[in-house]
Amino acid sequence: MEQILKRIKEKIEIEPVTKQKSDLYFITVAKEHIELILSYLKDYEGFTHLAFLQAVDYLEDNKFQLTYMLYNYNIKVNLGIKVFINREKSEMTSIHKLWSHAWQYQRELHELFGIDFPDSPRVHESFVLEGWEEIPPMRRDFDTLEYSERTYYKRPGRSTNDPQKYMKEKLYKNYVEAPKIRRDND
Amino acid sequence: MIKNSESKYKDYIADRSKYPKMENGKPIFDLESHKYTKIWQGPQHPGVTGNMSLEIVINGDEVIDCKTHVGYLHRGFEKLMERRKYIQCFPIVCRICVPEPDTNEYCVSAAMEDLAGIVVPEKAQWLRTLNLEMSRLASFLMWTGGQAGSLGMGTIGQWTIGMRDFWLDLFEEMTGGRVYHMYMIPGGVRKNLPIGFKDRARKLIIRTRKLLQDIENSFLNNAIVKSRLQSLGIITPEMIDEYGIVGPNARGSGREYDVRQNNPYVKYAELDMKMITSTVGDAFARAQIRYQETHQSLDLISQILDKIPEKGEIQAKLPNVLHWKIPAGQTYIKAESTRGEHGFYMVSDGSEYPRRVFARGASYTHAIAVLEKLIVNTSISDIAALMVSLHTCPPEIER
Repeated sequence: MEQILKRIKEKIEIEPVTKQKSDLYFITVAKEHIELILSYLKDYEGFTHLAFLQAVDYLEDNKFQLTYMLYNYNIKVNLGIKVFINREKSEMTSIHKLWSHAWQYQRELHELFGIDFPDSPRVHESFVLEGWEEIPPMRRDFDTLEYSERTYYKRPGRSTNDPQKYMKEKLYKNYVEAPKIRRDND
Repeated sequence: MIKNSESKYKDYIADRSKYPKMENGKPIFDLESHKYTKIWQGPQHPGVTGNMSLEIVINGDEVIDCKTHVGYLHRGFEKLMERRKYIQCFPIVCRICVPEPDTNEYCVSAAMEDLAGIVVPEKAQWLRTLNLEMSRLASFLMWTGGQAGSLGMGTIGQWTIGMRDFWLDLFEEMTGGRVYHMYMIPGGVRKNLPIGFKDRARKLIIRTRKLLQDIENSFLNNAIVKSRLQSLGIITPEMIDEYGIVGPNARGSGREYDVRQNNPYVKYAELDMKMITSTVGDAFARAQIRYQETHQSLDLISQILDKIPEKGEIQAKLPNVLHWKIPAGQTYIKAESTRGEHGFYMVSDGSEYPRRVFARGASYTHAIAVLEKLIVNTSISDIAALMVSLHTCPPEIER
């Protein structure tokens, strides 16, 4: 693995490199190098399995981090490739030509994070949300509480109780402690 | 070149002049021509695994195009976890998959331990291995019933679901819960084994082996099953990398990839096991592999029962979990579920809440991209068998 990283370093900038576990490494590359590095790793270094492609929202830095997780069957190592892209008008190169299932992840990221992948097949189709008109829900500035209060009405006839007192009085009035099971270390 | 009409096998070659032309594995057709029918299978349909639906175009009884639709089961686990403390995330994740919740629990706990640098005690690791392998067995038993049911053999489903219930009884003894166990908490496991558990488990292993013999006789050696499953949904070796196929589906096409052996976790490195593969790649080969892996699971469980140490700690010391801050970092933990590589990608930013948790299920590609490719040119009556043979599980897609 060290040799592979050395060979990649000769080609492009991949710092910082993190070794999380003996079989899990992370590298960071620039946005414009992603197609180059992925096709190089797939064709020459044997990282043929794309486990997933996901995004992390760094709202305070105004950035999205995309993670491409690859796996090499020969040396049995996972390699995560991190790419930072701009959060406003976020756009990324599509990799549907390298892996036939990559369009699924790109469709999901388009719907849940609002990242656009031009030319990716079916990227504008709805995935899990139909008729969604808010901002993409997995972005961190989407306020779930405010949305649900605005969308759903409060049902009448409901009263709030102190949970501890209520449970004791109402539900567990005739509560009998269950017989204790004897276990190894007792 | 001999034309079809001149060939001596001309009586055996189907006349496909009325079917649409194929290009790149996809048929070209015009729905407006009124020659083809578009129908929906699901979301409420006995032949569809879980809550998803297929929008299929048929010509006669042959599927010529398919589009999958998910979104009927979206519970937003990943968003929920962003607003919860680490320990509050733990009881949520097992809900992602009903037949096999323990893989989720293990992955999340192991990811938190990896980021926080906690070492799990020896005995707890053995108990985790036992729990994971038992959940694999229970899920395989459920799958066998599903595959038989998709071919109209409901009795086998009743046998296996009945046997799974006995394993759920053991789960109840061990963890306190039948379906959702919440056993592998960060740092270790919750409880020790009850007295007499090992004997009861060993007796049940013998009973399960007897049932598996019956299943082999009535299901795998059945001429009808063979004629329906053989040559259905063939996965070629080239497709494995292209579509990211994992688990028994990949092993059925000759790829030696099993997370338990390639990247051993918990105590799998100390157990004696062999990789089960086949090179045929059709639904019947996958059924055989899953059948053999059920036997393998039983074998592993009896090995684990022999090797669990009698005494030992089951829980590492944790900080106050209500104010538990995990150092910034990211990790990817994977485990072998019955469907293949099941992983959790966790990103921490140093606060009390996880920045992002992503659950990678094997069905994400199996149920959408692979299914849409394999379903073309199958009979409409084989859709259920094909879906079950890929072991698709929609909750993993939507999370």
